[in-house]
Amino acid sequence: MAHVSMVLNGKRVSGTVEDRTLLVAFIRENQGLTGTHVGCDTSQCGACVIHVDGKAVKACTMLAAQADGTEVVTLEGLAKGGTLHPVQAAFREHHGLQCGFCTPGMIMAAVDMIERHGAGNLDEATIRHELEGNICRCTGYQNIVKAIKAASDEMAGLQQAAE
Amino acid sequence: MYETNYHRAGSVADAAALLAKADDGKLLSGGQTLLPTMKQRLAAPSDLVDVTKIAELKGICEDGNAISIGAATTHAEVAASDLVKQKIPGLAKLAGGIGDPAVRHMGTIGGSIANNDPAADYPSALVALNATVTTNKRTLSAEDFFTGMFETALDDDEIVTSVSFPAAAKSAYAKYPNPASRYAMAGVFVAQQADGSVRVAVTGAGQDGVFRVPEMESALASNFAPDAVAGISVSADNLLSDIHGSSAYRANLVTVMAKRAVEAAS
Repeated sequence: MAHVSMVLNGKRVSGTVEDRTLLVAFIRENQGLTGTHVGCDTSQCGACVIHVDGKAVKACTMLAAQADGTEVVTLEGLAKGGTLHPVQAAFREHHGLQCGFCTPGMIMAAVDMIERHGAGNLDEATIRHELEGNICRCTGYQNIVKAIKAASDEMAGLQQAAE
Repeated sequence: MYETNYHRAGSVADAAALLAKADDGKLLSGGQTLLPTMKQRLAAPSDLVDVTKIAELKGICEDGNAISIGAATTHAEVAASDLVKQKIPGLAKLAGGIGDPAVRHMGTIGGSIANNDPAADYPSALVALNATVTTNKRTLSAEDFFTGMFETALDDDEIVTSVSFPAAAKSAYAKYPNPASRYAMAGVFVAQQADGSVRVAVTGAGQDGVFRVPEMESALASNFAPDAVAGISVSADNLLSDIHGSSAYRANLVTVMAKRAVEAAS
């Protein structure tokens, strides 16, 4: 058994799990945070994307034991107080979802992509390329791309306003 | 996934000792292939030795006229490295096209080459750039390292520690990804050295993994232009043939990708 301890959405948590336990199982079953989804069994769909030490990773392709000592952020950790994160707000505004199953992974991937490229620096081709690891079977991606572009531009505006 | 025991190694020596003690141990170096394989119960190592937290295996540095990349350096780190982008742009581009962003944050160069998937991208760069692989036991050339599909020269208890890439005058990689899996159905890395010599290495297409194309290399040495390789085709005899594409189709892709790589490098 592995004793696993991490900072999950700003809170220190720990648990004892089997060594083979996937990080996504630890988050969903041990910690009860079901916002992180499991859409496939083959590491392809990206519904389980979360941030580990600030980087987007697939929680289904990492053992909980590998995440011992890290800082983890899931979809539940994005909103501050009652205010949605700009990416969440943009997905609502632009209807970047239909059934919503892939949305947690899409949003976490989008936040990571905006951070890496810098807010306001994303064009449609880059967003589509960056979404290679996130599968949506409803929307045809159009509104997801639109939402991410809008969030990126909105966040650039917020940064400028803060300066 | 079958039961397994997870160990986090603190040093290369520690990893070697943990591996030696295990019944059927495997190194976990990012796990973006190994864990999905274990989830499908196609692999069942008794022990996993995580080498990604070993400081001496991480990082990218200039080493004379070469770039040395630690085995536990992620694809994302190689893709974003200013040093790699400046000295071997084709290598940075290749790393930035492996899998998807989340996979690139976890997958490492050491893990990728030790697995030697016939459709992996890195083997073509190592062979075309004439890279040197260093392990905890020895140093060997890329061509000696890759020995066949999912096969390398590594001993069971041997650990890749770094890969050294001599800087190239020109370099580029072009791949045709499978539309669903995004793995290369054919990927071609072209590298021109300062003396004008050229190496061309193909991944994704060969039954025995990565291979060189001498005819293309000599044609490009005298004329480094897409047209120089347009009329050169590889034999389909030793190429992969599966539901995704016949060997003849892959042979054609090799020529097309070679042209694109030369164009991108020019």
